[in-house]
Amino acid sequence: MSKEPSPPSAPARKPGSQVIVDTLVEQGVEVMFGYLGGVVLPLFDKLYDSPIRFIIPRHEQGGCHMADAYARATGRVGVVVATSGPGATNLTTGLATAMMDSVPLVALTGQVRTELIGNDAFQEADTTGITRPITKHNVIVKDPQELAPTIREAFYIASTGRPGPVLIDIPVDMQIAEVPVTPPGKVSLPGYRIRTHGHARQISAAARAINEAQRPVLYVGGGVITAGAAAELRALAKKANLPVTMTLMGLGAFDQTDPASLDMLGMHGTAYANFAVQECDLLIAVGARFDDRVTGHLKTFAPQARVIHIDIDPASISKNVRVEIPVVGSAKDILAELTDAVEPRERAEWFARIAAWKQRHPLQYDRQGSGIKPQYVIEELWRQTDGQATIVTGVGQHQMWTAQFYRFRRPRQFISSGGLGTMGYGLPAAIGAQVARPGELVVDIDGDSSFNMTMNELCTAVQYELPVKVCLINNGYMGMVRQWQELFYGRRYSCSSLKNPDFAKVAEAYGAVGVTVTDKADVSDAVARMLAETRPCVFDFHVDREENVWPMVPAGRSLHEMDGLDIFEMA
Amino acid sequence: MKHIISALVLNKPGVLAHVAGMFAARAFNIDSLAVGRTDDPNLSRMTIVVIGDDRVVEQVRKQLAKIVTIVKVQDFAGQDVVARDLMLITVSCPAEKRPEIQALIEMFMAKVVDIGPKTVMVEVAGPESKIEAFIDSCRPYGIKSMVRTGTVAMARYVRGRATKETNE
Repeated sequence: MSKEPSPPSAPARKPGSQVIVDTLVEQGVEVMFGYLGGVVLPLFDKLYDSPIRFIIPRHEQGGCHMADAYARATGRVGVVVATSGPGATNLTTGLATAMMDSVPLVALTGQVRTELIGNDAFQEADTTGITRPITKHNVIVKDPQELAPTIREAFYIASTGRPGPVLIDIPVDMQIAEVPVTPPGKVSLPGYRIRTHGHARQISAAARAINEAQRPVLYVGGGVITAGAAAELRALAKKANLPVTMTLMGLGAFDQTDPASLDMLGMHGTAYANFAVQECDLLIAVGARFDDRVTGHLKTFAPQARVIHIDIDPASISKNVRVEIPVVGSAKDILAELTDAVEPRERAEWFARIAAWKQRHPLQYDRQGSGIKPQYVIEELWRQTDGQATIVTGVGQHQMWTAQFYRFRRPRQFISSGGLGTMGYGLPAAIGAQVARPGELVVDIDGDSSFNMTMNELCTAVQYELPVKVCLINNGYMGMVRQWQELFYGRRYSCSSLKNPDFAKVAEAYGAVGVTVTDKADVSDAVARMLAETRPCVFDFHVDREENVWPMVPAGRSLHEMDGLDIFEMA
Repeated sequence: MKHIISALVLNKPGVLAHVAGMFAARAFNIDSLAVGRTDDPNLSRMTIVVIGDDRVVEQVRKQLAKIVTIVKVQDFAGQDVVARDLMLITVSCPAEKRPEIQALIEMFMAKVVDIGPKTVMVEVAGPESKIEAFIDSCRPYGIKSMVRTGTVAMARYVRGRATKETNE
């Protein structure tokens, strides 16, 4: 039998795993995070020779948080890989975290061979089924020719509109199959359209409302940071003379050292921010979603205010609060157009009232006591870093104190799990941020309980020589839980106190630096040492165990009904 | 209040699960859901009847539009639409009741599609109110089994205005 020559037009072929890597490179991916497993081995084999840097965490959740924080620090799409079954299920906390905070992420998961799907094969899980509610979009690839277009679509969906995580489930046979090489085509998504330009009539209505307002407040969320609209926000606030309050996710969007900053609002926000919102006659929400931690009791939230809501996600508008002037589109474009359309106003009376609130109710704590106050450690860190470090946190009291006492100056400086409130986010996120910002100062202000959840990632920091600093606010409790038990459950500290290891020794065992600080007099030097440390390190500050976060709006109460405002006035 | 929402969706696996999951996760109530092919093999049509006030239904519409595999979403509220259900119902029908039941079937312009020694299976199509009325009328005889498709609907032609479908 004679061998027929192949037709000259036959396209070159390569394995699906190579197509995946090539498409990732084409999308500009420089770093990936993730963990190996049986059904992603073909992919990892091709990654071995690729220019992409790969960081292996010690748990897929850690890898997902790393990719998430990398995305938050850079504004680019973070990429994480996991194997099927347990690898994929371990990603879920990270995906849900990214989903709630609108973080652009692409997750690639391996899946069992196509013909085994549905047979309860080894390490099989219905990954797309499990992750559907916690991703912006997900898809399983069942045709190897769809690999490249699916990856391109995933990056497009993850990074545009209101960003979010996109998961691609890839059966192992798709990675092995030989695929003809085709040039990149255009992304075609008939069900995915984004409105970026705000409606001109809505923008002029908003401008008119701003011009008319006597007591306006800009209420800014993470959307401003995502949109890269901090400069436009500042321009509007300056021209129209608007005070600015931020959500937890919005911190960094407006320089907190600016006198127009009201700092954070909400449950643990400042009194002056919460009073201003309750008294304002116009609330201008930008890239924020009226979360229950922000609004307090909804019916009495900003009771005198007309509401403008600028957001790229139409579903965010009028979800919780009736909006009078919705503007759907990109905050960057809309704020710029709005700045052109508004007129300067002095609003001296309004700013005088705000100044009075600021003077009467500044954030404060007891500076006189003999123990280490957590706020003092954070304030000292702020002072010694001139407010310029990249700060990452876990979730709980330490997170709120960080939001209160580290005054952020620029976007993407503060990286924290806001919507989902994921304990354990801190250390892996700090690693992701450090990968994104080599040579820059990255500090994880963490709680002991949060840190306990993911501290195995110290190993990752040591392996890749990432000099993250863990500033541990150690009160020996799940601090926020204990605070609620103290305030609402008659000080019955049910199950909120766990026995901690010696964190300094743990750090040393991992090959990091560990230091324990128990004396208030040593705090300043310890912070200096921590900042000078060139290796990953854990500085374990033993703080006053029953310190509370004040002020506080108890759940269900109105925003102005804060507890803890008068605690220090008696002194 | 009931709203009829019509969604044009990509004919891809997982879309139905996505819609059903979103309704469950956001605590929206589905009254009925009908899915079928369209003239375009790439697209299916879902007709969803939702119970809720205007604000809830607005959220439903927006959250549906957010799903990447959903191409278009339309709320028929305030529009002149033709809405139809199809029902198969088996009613107990001993010989002596046949004339009565036959009269009922004719009155509703329904159709006998099967007949047994003591039962009759009837096909009824029409607006929901007609279906409900027929069920009520059958109840005294004894309903053995019934199945409904759920509402499907389409907007009537309006001179000078094309049918508007939104995708925000």
